[in-house]
Amino acid sequence: MISFSLWDIVRNLAIGGALTLLLSLVAFVLGGAAGLLVLFARIGKWRVPRAMAQMHIELFQGTPLLLQLFTLFFGLSLFGLDMPAWLAAALGLTLFTSAFLAEIWRGCVEAVPKGQWEASACLAMSYGEQMRHVILPQAMRLAVAPTVGFAVQVVKGTAVTSIIGFAELTKTGSMIANATFQPFLVYSLVALAYFVLCYPLSHYAQSLERKLHAAR
Amino acid sequence: MAYQFDFAFIPDYAGMFAHGLAYTVGLTVAGGAIGIGIGIGGAISRLWNLRPFGNLYRYYVELFRNTPFLVQLFLIFFGLPSLGIKLVEWQAAILAMVLNLGAYSTEIIRAGLQATPPGQIEAAESLALTRWQTFLYVMLRPALRKVWPALSSQVVITMLGSSVCSQISAEELTFVANFIQSRNFRAFETYFFTTAMYFGLALLIRQAMRLIGRHLIVRRPLS
Repeated sequence: MISFSLWDIVRNLAIGGALTLLLSLVAFVLGGAAGLLVLFARIGKWRVPRAMAQMHIELFQGTPLLLQLFTLFFGLSLFGLDMPAWLAAALGLTLFTSAFLAEIWRGCVEAVPKGQWEASACLAMSYGEQMRHVILPQAMRLAVAPTVGFAVQVVKGTAVTSIIGFAELTKTGSMIANATFQPFLVYSLVALAYFVLCYPLSHYAQSLERKLHAAR
Repeated sequence: MAYQFDFAFIPDYAGMFAHGLAYTVGLTVAGGAIGIGIGIGGAISRLWNLRPFGNLYRYYVELFRNTPFLVQLFLIFFGLPSLGIKLVEWQAAILAMVLNLGAYSTEIIRAGLQATPPGQIEAAESLALTRWQTFLYVMLRPALRKVWPALSSQVVITMLGSSVCSQISAEELTFVANFIQSRNFRAFETYFFTTAMYFGLALLIRQAMRLIGRHLIVRRPLS
């Protein structure tokens, strides 16, 4: 019989927490990059990429993250690809993040007044120049607050990857709860850890939003 | 590729899929209705800073918005029994859905109430509306109208999130999918079909919320 002290519990949860943090970062960075591609396809002029981007967004926003992970986890193994849990988790969360970020950013691009497009067109700017010098700088200012806010959703989303067996914070928590028979203590600590990760982000997002509204 | 896709088993499990679908819809309806009710109560308490509810609601909202739904569910289902509160799986699932949606809708509805122009309230006062009438017709209803799209999205997000309730063996759609794929080993087909069902359900709920919004909030003139 191995007994767990509180220190053992906290130490193991910290390892899980580090993996949660790592997965969140990977998903957010890769998802942001992919989201940028989806965004440009979605707001671009070509019809086929636009439709594909829209489908991507609706598919990933309209289905549960858990089922996306299951389908990836079991689906890609069918093609003979060896699919470890961490890869399915990272890939699934990246796709999920890209869809949501692309949609958030599209809203920001569309919030830039139409006159800005017209004025820059009058200055004989090409589409790329309009984007680079006029539209995106303004859209980016609008986008910061909701993007930081969405980071909270990514961190919380990583909890679902525990179900396909990725040993992040929640999975570590369940394993410890099963071993120590102290589920209330362990899950409270897990919840606390997520809160410590997420609350500063939500708070920062809110203060950014206030600042933005004050400036207008 | 050697694998042959085979969706032919789906009709055999139609009854089970229907059961899971009904369970998920039930969770969503209960969670949505009670959760939005909690949200209205919370928004009022927060806005007028009713003691002690205003502060309690603030902690509740921050706590539930900054932790994953799955962990909330585990804490309720596995953790509460050690405090002497034993809930069966559907009770725990509904409680978690209600608390989660309640936290989000508090913030959403509060934003709507805050956006009431002061002139509207002054106008209502000068028309000799009582405080209650002013709140109901001049503040709450326009606020709900304003935030209804956001609220609808949140209900859909909560419905999609309910798939993790399978982990406490609540027999909703994902639980059924897990069960079926463990029997016939057609994991990909089962999950693919289930995902499609969720997608359809999300569209339906969006539509239902639009109808509810139209009949409950927008129409019906002042009585």
